[in-house]
Amino acid sequence: MNQVSPPLALLAELTHRCPLQCPYCSNPLALERASQELTTAEWTRAIDEAAAMGVLQIHFSGGEPTVRPDLEDLIRHAHDGGLYTNLITAGVLLDERRIARLVEAGLDHLQLSFQDSEPGGGDRIGGFKGGHAKKIEVARLIRAAGLPLTFNLVVHRQNLHHLEDLIAMALDLDAHRIEIAHVQYYGWAFRNRAALMPTREQLDAATATVTAARERLKGRVVIDYVVPDYYARRPKSCMGGWGRQFLNISPAGKVLPCHAAESVTTLSFDSVRQRPLADIWLHSEAFNRFRGTEWMAEPCRSCDRREIDWGGCRCQAFAILGDAAATDPACGLSPHHEDLVRLAETDAASEAPPFEYRRIGAR
Amino acid sequence: MSERALVGEASVPRLARGTRLQFDKHRDQWIVQAPERLFVLDPIALEIVQRCDGIASVTAIVDELAAKYNAPREVILRDVNNVLQDFADKRVMSL
Repeated sequence: MNQVSPPLALLAELTHRCPLQCPYCSNPLALERASQELTTAEWTRAIDEAAAMGVLQIHFSGGEPTVRPDLEDLIRHAHDGGLYTNLITAGVLLDERRIARLVEAGLDHLQLSFQDSEPGGGDRIGGFKGGHAKKIEVARLIRAAGLPLTFNLVVHRQNLHHLEDLIAMALDLDAHRIEIAHVQYYGWAFRNRAALMPTREQLDAATATVTAARERLKGRVVIDYVVPDYYARRPKSCMGGWGRQFLNISPAGKVLPCHAAESVTTLSFDSVRQRPLADIWLHSEAFNRFRGTEWMAEPCRSCDRREIDWGGCRCQAFAILGDAAATDPACGLSPHHEDLVRLAETDAASEAPPFEYRRIGAR
Repeated sequence: MSERALVGEASVPRLARGTRLQFDKHRDQWIVQAPERLFVLDPIALEIVQRCDGIASVTAIVDELAAKYNAPREVILRDVNNVLQDFADKRVMSL
């Protein structure tokens, strides 16, 4: 095993509670309840351990992280520990006073999600009436407070036709950065795949829109773009490699190599309640299981891209093939790639079924 | 919505809000932290970025670096322009 580098970033999922019910939520199907959540003291200790390991950025996320009344205390603690602090929020619980408190606590940056460019679609996709209008109001308050803003846009077959409008809305609300991410199909999104999967033509049109917008808006706004890998030729470098740069702490304290890792039900994960974070990063079975390239089988093992994409996504291999050690079927070199493409094409050609909204207890 | 900012000698650069210059002691390198980004600075970029204090103009920065390194001014100007325009386009630098 090569020497293990320290992680760069920590995703702190403070809670799974959320007023929205987006059907592509990245949280696991088995949502953790408020009574299981780490306390403020447990979080500050975990943040200290992360900073001591060499983590540089902390992303406060959820669920909806603003449901935690101690959010500003945790931001302040991370900021005082030298971490770059980012908040990933749906925004609907924010008001001017809370935003001022977040800024005062040392928040560096904020990412605000939008579900569509207009209220009908936005409220329907998010499953929260009045959410869209509230988000627009909150975006203005965020900019008025001087915080730099990223627009987070998850795109799929039910909002892709509004992509130009979504970009225009981001500019109108003075976003510095736009993150346009096609749905990644794990957990809730996997369950809602037929309602979300675009056709290849929709994907190509979206990619052309993004390419043109990047050119047109150069120097005015940064656009990041994540493509849906079912239609890809090569897999994404998922998390920059398992256990290489990134770790995630769940609301109850489970330490994960990515936010979807619990979908790999053959793995078990340690908790910051039981074991020091650095020990989990360096020595736990789950983090070492797919670290580096030693675990790989063919075609990854001899592939000259094995240290570029690190075999793609373990969760996807498990979700599609039931084998987390297989080559990600998103890769054109996987013997199962054509099956994956057919799944996507079949879903995209079907009439979209109703959403199964993300709810605690909905399993 | 603002237009793209272009670097000129009169520009007065400073790191944009939400970004920060920092020494990463765990990896022994200077970095600029930005939203979901981390830029590792080479020695030239570090010399430039650490002078971007919102007071010094590009002219002043170039003059200082040309004197410090006893290098032709036009060579330094090109380096400074390249670094600052790249960071401005990434919304890391305000001009």
